Amino acid sequence: MNMPVDEALNPSGSPTGLGHVAGDAVDISHGTILYLDDISVSFDGFKALNRLTLSVDVGELRCVIGPNGAGKTTMMDVITGSTRPDDGTAFFGQNIDLTRLTEPEIAHAGIGRKFQKPTVFENHTVFENLELAMKADKRVFASLRAQRTAAQLDRIVSTLETIDLLAQADLPAGLLSHGQKQWLEIGMLLMQEPQLLLLDEPVAGMTDEETAKTAQLLHSLAGQRSIVVVEHDMEFINEIAATVTVLHEGSVLAEGSMDVVQSDERVIEVYLGR
Amino acid sequence: MSMDARYTPQIEPFFSRNGWIALALLSLLAFVVVPSLFVFVPDTSAFHISAYTVTLVGKIICYCIVAVAMNLIWGYTGILSLGHGLFFALGGYAFGMYLMRQIGRDGQYQSDLPDFMVFLDWKEYPWQWFGTDHIVWALLLVVLVPGLLALVFGFFAFRSRIKGVYFSIITQAMTFAFMLLFFRNETGFGGNNGFTDFKRILGFPITEPPMRAALFALSAAALIGAVLLSRHLIRSKTGRILTAIRDSETRLMFSGYNPVQYKLFVWTLSAVMCGIAGALYVPQVGIINPGEMSPANSIEIAVWVAVGGRATILGPLLGASVVNGAKSFFTQSFPEYWLFFLGLLFILVTLFMPRGIVGLVNQLRGSHK
Amino acid sequence: MLQGIKRAIGCALFAIGLGVSPAQALDADAVSGLASEDFATRMAAIDAIAASSDAAALELLQLLQNGEVYLTEDGQVILEFDEIVDAVTLEPLDPEPDFYDSVIVNNRMRSKLSTAIAALSLLSDDREVRYDSARALEDAEDPQLLPVLAKALSTESDPEIRALLVHTRAVLQLKSDDPDARLQAAEALGESNQRRVRELLAAMLQTDASGAFVEPVEEVREAAEKSVKSIDRRLLLIDHAARLFSGLSLGSILLLVALGLAITYGLLGVINLAHGEMLMIGAYATYVTQTIFRQHFPEAIDWYVVAAIPVAFVVAAAVGMVLERTVIRWLYGRPLETLLATWGISLFLIQLVRQIFGAQNVEVSNPSWMSGGVEFMNIVLPYNRIYIIGFSFFVLALMWLMLSRTRLGLFIRSVTQNRAMAACVGVPTSRVDLMAFGLGSGIAGLAGVALSQIGNVGPELGQSYIIDSFMVVVLGGVGQLAGTVYAALGLGVFSKFIEPHIGAVLTKILVLALIIAVIQKKPQGLFALKGRAAA
Repeated sequence: MNMPVDEALNPSGSPTGLGHVAGDAVDISHGTILYLDDISVSFDGFKALNRLTLSVDVGELRCVIGPNGAGKTTMMDVITGSTRPDDGTAFFGQNIDLTRLTEPEIAHAGIGRKFQKPTVFENHTVFENLELAMKADKRVFASLRAQRTAAQLDRIVSTLETIDLLAQADLPAGLLSHGQKQWLEIGMLLMQEPQLLLLDEPVAGMTDEETAKTAQLLHSLAGQRSIVVVEHDMEFINEIAATVTVLHEGSVLAEGSMDVVQSDERVIEVYLGR
Repeated sequence: MSMDARYTPQIEPFFSRNGWIALALLSLLAFVVVPSLFVFVPDTSAFHISAYTVTLVGKIICYCIVAVAMNLIWGYTGILSLGHGLFFALGGYAFGMYLMRQIGRDGQYQSDLPDFMVFLDWKEYPWQWFGTDHIVWALLLVVLVPGLLALVFGFFAFRSRIKGVYFSIITQAMTFAFMLLFFRNETGFGGNNGFTDFKRILGFPITEPPMRAALFALSAAALIGAVLLSRHLIRSKTGRILTAIRDSETRLMFSGYNPVQYKLFVWTLSAVMCGIAGALYVPQVGIINPGEMSPANSIEIAVWVAVGGRATILGPLLGASVVNGAKSFFTQSFPEYWLFFLGLLFILVTLFMPRGIVGLVNQLRGSHK
Repeated sequence: MLQGIKRAIGCALFAIGLGVSPAQALDADAVSGLASEDFATRMAAIDAIAASSDAAALELLQLLQNGEVYLTEDGQVILEFDEIVDAVTLEPLDPEPDFYDSVIVNNRMRSKLSTAIAALSLLSDDREVRYDSARALEDAEDPQLLPVLAKALSTESDPEIRALLVHTRAVLQLKSDDPDARLQAAEALGESNQRRVRELLAAMLQTDASGAFVEPVEEVREAAEKSVKSIDRRLLLIDHAARLFSGLSLGSILLLVALGLAITYGLLGVINLAHGEMLMIGAYATYVTQTIFRQHFPEAIDWYVVAAIPVAFVVAAAVGMVLERTVIRWLYGRPLETLLATWGISLFLIQLVRQIFGAQNVEVSNPSWMSGGVEFMNIVLPYNRIYIIGFSFFVLALMWLMLSRTRLGLFIRSVTQNRAMAACVGVPTSRVDLMAFGLGSGIAGLAGVALSQIGNVGPELGQSYIIDSFMVVVLGGVGQLAGTVYAALGLGVFSKFIEPHIGAVLTKILVLALIIAVIQKKPQGLFALKGRAAA
């Protein structure tokens, strides 16, 4: 039953179907993890992305900012396969064409996404949430036979510690506070062991303490994994001290360190509102 | 199961102790007590169980299997099918073909062909009937026909991400279309009248008590099998993925699961369970016709599950029994009020008992503590 | 047997008829032929009387057709007016005979009579009479009509009647012995739109048992073949036009049913399975209106349908609003539960109507101005279907105006697009929901009025349309009026063009399969707006 589904879903025969669990790994030999080139997306005449070009290096921590409607979420949608670009190319590493894969295939290839509004499995316990996200053979018949190994349990418990939810492990995720849900979602991304994390407003609704802790977590992750953060909280961006890309009307307006961007005239005009 | 010093994962039991005891008692009842009281105790005795009762309970057991199947797809996975009556009926028709062939020359026209074919002046069996004189092939069809239809239909529907009410409506249209198809004589399944007047299974007379008792026990066995299977499935990782589809399909996709595969799996499994239930139902009630495919029948199945309680073990069994018990009471005593009752049941359960009888009982228990 | 009935009017007409052309008295031999025992002689007598082609002959033949020409025992042909007269001389008989009986007219004579009467009527002064008889002669096969036709054509000036006569003459001339006449006829008949004529022409191209062509002259055969092809093209065109019409008719009904659904589903996200019962309520409201008119305003009965329109709207809207307040309101955000609850409502309403009006269909009849139809080429387009097509576009226009021009429409559109934002800027969303549900149900009530004019009105009326109209909404996409219109008309026309080939049932199945196929490519429906992917 597996094969026809995969083939039909993936008629292009691209190398990273769900049928290839250990399949072709992402090729990062050139030091670039994400490469968006000339991407355009329009919705009934409205240009959400306008010839956007952007690349992210391996191990980089990148912040994307921009006013509402600048195309941040649409950019995320293109990377994760929710929206197909009208034009342009999107590559994960050298070899994986993101415009031809479905969401689960892209997730499997190694891109994890956290949504603006935390999405976790509310009726499952925190533990189960992490276990479901864990990197594994995620096809039906593998899941039917799946048995948890000691190493896997150890990984889940370690992640529970990392996101500070060990005490809540048996609680349904729906009962967590907003900040805890944010962390659980980040924890789930970690369980997926992605090469690239896309985080949409990870500290929204968090206390200052939680925000600081999140910044710390991201710092510890950078280097091993590439991270793209969409954020409005300037303090947080300063804290994680990343390269900043400013989007405006669907294309890149400016790019560089926070200082460089903050002194850019055009940025001040469209974004900082002066 | 592995252990870790910092945290020990909880393991949900397969059934509670009471659950196992209930299962054992019910098995005793279904496999020993009822068949012996029916077959061996003379009908003059107060302990005799009538053929009517055995048939009614056997029928309700078949409905319970359907409810368990519906609970898998709707209760746990959150996909409301309004076409499960079709799979039930297709299973019934598949086995019905075998039953028709077992009539042999005992029909009205004493022909090798079923009466309706003689009536239509057909000279031989159409291709759909190929091999149905062999019970093994007929039983295979019981599984294959609903299974393949569900697989193909589900593949296209799930692949294009038809969800929620859209999916429900499309499944309703599917069963409606099949009903129209089966109403036609040219389809080759007896048109309006369907199949009836069955005589034998494997050469044994179908209306004799031993055969009835055997069918009853078989239905009970199938129901127990269905409950155990669905319980096993729900406790596995696959079960957690199914409920995850219900609660947040997007998160599941971005976690690297392909929901299409899982939906297709549980949808097809559920359809096959319905097919088996239909095959057990038809010899017990002695008739199958396209009316079984009417959209109303399918939507009633959803109400059994809603009444009993979705995503629970007992709910579908309770719901199917209570609603069908009420149906046989009403249709005998106040036939004109049955639709009022059923209509109100739909409305009141959705408004006031979203978790069904099981949820209500749990709530009452909780408030007592 | 004595016939005592006096036909004063017949007498008067007869006298006038004679008075107009006194010079042309009837041929006595011909008339007395009617008295013959011999069937062939009586047939010949009819021909002879008809050949005189004057008004008196027409009157006599009509009387003969009505069985009002009599025979005395000694074979005199007589008529009975105020007094008994001789059929030729119109002199009263003295003494009156004791016994007389009708001239026996058998079936073959009757058919000959109708042809002869129609032929004679061709010369009437009244255009309507001439037109009717020209129509009646269209299927005539008797070559003896040719002189009559020629005579009529020599004086006829009305182009419509002329066309009919020319056509009939050509058909008769196909059997002529003169190859030139046949050639002309075969050529002229290329203009025909009748299947019968096509078959006549095609028969000329066949070969008989000995292998010789039925039509010996090659030139005539070529003309006939050309005409057959030309008729085939025209018949195909007519056929397509007929299917287009029935497709539009079906589509307009689907549109009426789906418009209400589009509002409730587009606005509230509620699939209302009781929508079909709103149709049923509208149809029963029409029935009740008709009953009231019959009892209290029988003189205005023709206008009950017009009165039923507001009645059905108000009743269905009221029922819809009650349902919204009592049931549906509590289920917003739980679409699958809404589906079940509204199905429950539908069962309840069906049973309720059964209790009130009985389980049988009730009788709703078309007003006189909706009966009959207009004739187009050789198909009849029923008035009720035409009115319903018009009505559905009228309702569509009203709904469009309401949505785009009124405050409620503005509110409805704002809630459809962004409920939370609308609530923030002060749109009373709960009242808008109520009004919108009422509006959707009211429109279903209007559809019920239309349905009552073309089909049976019974408790299960709604069930037969509901699935199809859901298919329209699924295909057209949510929240798009235009999508609903295209999908409804498209499905209607498509179904009617496919139906003749594979039958109604397989068409339904094919349509379902096609909708699923379309959704593969366009998951939000054919005409949905492309939006940002929902997270």
